[in-house]
Amino acid sequence: MLSRTAENLYWLARYVERAEYIARTIDATLRVTALPTAYIGKTNEWESALLTAGVSASFYEAYPEATEQNVVEYLAFSPSNSSSIKNCIEAARLNSRSVRTALTSEMWDTINSAWIELQEVWGKGTSSREELARFLRFVQETSLRFDGSAYRTMLRNDAYWFSRLGLHLERADNTARILDVKYHVLLPEEEHVGGPLDYYQWTSILRSVSALTAYHWVYRETLKPWLIADLLILNDTLPRSLASCYSNLVRNLDQIGVAYGRQGAAQRHARGVRNRLEHSHMDDIFQHGVHEFIQEFIADNSRLGEVITKQYLI
Amino acid sequence: MAVAFDEMNGPGGDLRPAYRELSRWLKETPPDALEYRRQEAELLFRRIGITFAVYGDAEAQERLIPFDVIPRIISAKEWAVLEKGLKQRVRALNMFLRDIYHGRDILRANIIPDDLIFQNPVFRPEMNGQSVPHDVYVHIAGIDIVRVDADNFIVLEDNARTPSGVSYMLENREIMMRLFPDLFARHRVAPVERYPDELLSALRSVAPLSASAEPTVALMTPGVYNSAYYEHSFLADKLGIELVEGRDLIVKNDEVFMRTTEGLKRVDVIYRRVDDDFLDPLTFRSDSALGVPGLMSAYAAGNITLANAVGTGIGDDKAIYSYMPEVVKFYLGEEPILKNVPTWRCREPKDLAYVLDNLSELVVKEVHGSGGYGMLIGPAATKATIEAFRDKLKREPEGFIAQPTLALSTCPTCTASGLAPRHVDLRPFVLTGSKHVTIVPGGLTRVALKEGSLVVNSSQGGGTKDTWILDE
Repeated sequence: MLSRTAENLYWLARYVERAEYIARTIDATLRVTALPTAYIGKTNEWESALLTAGVSASFYEAYPEATEQNVVEYLAFSPSNSSSIKNCIEAARLNSRSVRTALTSEMWDTINSAWIELQEVWGKGTSSREELARFLRFVQETSLRFDGSAYRTMLRNDAYWFSRLGLHLERADNTARILDVKYHVLLPEEEHVGGPLDYYQWTSILRSVSALTAYHWVYRETLKPWLIADLLILNDTLPRSLASCYSNLVRNLDQIGVAYGRQGAAQRHARGVRNRLEHSHMDDIFQHGVHEFIQEFIADNSRLGEVITKQYLI
Repeated sequence: MAVAFDEMNGPGGDLRPAYRELSRWLKETPPDALEYRRQEAELLFRRIGITFAVYGDAEAQERLIPFDVIPRIISAKEWAVLEKGLKQRVRALNMFLRDIYHGRDILRANIIPDDLIFQNPVFRPEMNGQSVPHDVYVHIAGIDIVRVDADNFIVLEDNARTPSGVSYMLENREIMMRLFPDLFARHRVAPVERYPDELLSALRSVAPLSASAEPTVALMTPGVYNSAYYEHSFLADKLGIELVEGRDLIVKNDEVFMRTTEGLKRVDVIYRRVDDDFLDPLTFRSDSALGVPGLMSAYAAGNITLANAVGTGIGDDKAIYSYMPEVVKFYLGEEPILKNVPTWRCREPKDLAYVLDNLSELVVKEVHGSGGYGMLIGPAATKATIEAFRDKLKREPEGFIAQPTLALSTCPTCTASGLAPRHVDLRPFVLTGSKHVTIVPGGLTRVALKEGSLVVNSSQGGGTKDTWILDE
């Protein structure tokens, strides 16, 4: 397929995934900030929402203070924030238009309808929490529909695999960013007994990767920070865990390699990261420092993006 | 201006046979049911994303062309004549182009003045003596036809460069079949859905000799910001070929390749929807970012087929248009089946004098214009507009032609105040491959939605209709 087509499919999936992630971040932050301060402490959760979205620096160029209204506006609707939900959906549609021939009509319909709704219903932003909740649901449903229609209707060929690469690479980046911002509340077993303060931080983390229910099914335990870290980093069964993202990245890259009869740097790099995840234990990670581990992962993940681009997309 | 011929209720208000069922159906269908389906159609169009960008209209960068749900109907007998006439005209057009860039018999026979060719900006000297695969220049032609009475279809314009609109022919039909299955059941409408297949086989048939047995065809678009981008992606999809932009292509050793995820892949035929000027910055406009450096050299080496060929503009130029009846006779030795609109060439002093004396009754068009821009419709223009145009005309008479204001036929159309007659034209699409000239029974009917308006161009408030060719 055309390199440009592959590139558009890859970025299309990334934008949709990112829009959903930002919506989840806002949603989780709304819940935690609705609690009395006694439960969450004095930390500014909106500031950490900006950090998890990776747009803190640019935010402060436009706004003096990280209030709910400012942050929601910036993350959801601001045209000057390239990762705002609005911009993600617009970029997704532009990418879709460029590769319409590679999309199924269901995928196109999802993106195009979302784009129309964005203009017609959400053109002026939201004016209440109810409206905001509805908007966030709309974004998450768009992502689900897009993902589902890709899964159900696309031919299993390189177009599908490149789209999945974008999805999993973006997803891994997002999960890693939450961990990077929140690692300080995830401490090893012996050091910490969770108070109410951290408890709500933990549920917030799990909610932003839609893993709160999953946690209970996997561990059948009350919330324990080291288990949360284990779930998000190493547990292959959780779709948003780093391990799961890398199993998928390796699998999709392998399929491309087989179809093209050639492996390359992208396959090798992805396999390297996956092997490291497979052979890691939470104890070691805590010993080395969660923060360092995550930082290294984020760098590795973005390197994979560069290698894929070089090998296939230009 | 004569009273327009209405295609449903002919002269004297007699219901014409092709419209018998439609008329009955319209009487049975309550107006709000029609309005409801109209809204449904619009929703469908928007969801599918069939939009059209209007240049210079920042507000509506993507706009829908209004769709009128009342079909325009042409009988089998009428179509048979049209089809024969269109094929004849396109065959002659291809022979004319081959001649102009080679032996120039027609110039030596003094049928067309030399300077009309050689001083014409759309004449491409680069094409002199260059052979094109299978001698086909115009693979896809869109011939604009108007109707003035029960018997006469007249060619208004030939489009031999990159004619657009065929996606509307196909999508309008899809939507009509979805919305009005009952109405279809009462007619025998010839299908149009095989157009993409015919187009693909025509394109493959003209692959260069150096191509493999399975030639690779690609559709080249200027990109998502082009007004016809929807159509480009639609066609690429229906044909199952790659939709490429200039930056996806690269020329190496006079062969054209596209950049794919598996490396470079040779392309044999390019259905290009990019104008000549922007094809190759090394040959034409050096500031073009849309083109492919070296494309013309691969073309000259005979390693790529461009459809349509470079330089076809000389075949659909409005000044050349007036010679088309002679062109048909010269190459085919046949009487032209389809008439031309009588045309005054303002470059000729006698004609100019007549035009200047009769501006208020004529339509004056720019020779190189398209899309209905820059034309004067005398009977509808104010005195001031006419005077301003007169000055323009005197300054540069060779830039214009004039034609009588035609009483374009009308068809019943949904309007705010119920069904009313509106003027229509027709653009059928004629395909030329290495062996055959084919036409899918149908075309794009454009309708001037404003009462009394004769301008059907989508950039000027025109709409479209589904065009039904009856099978019996």
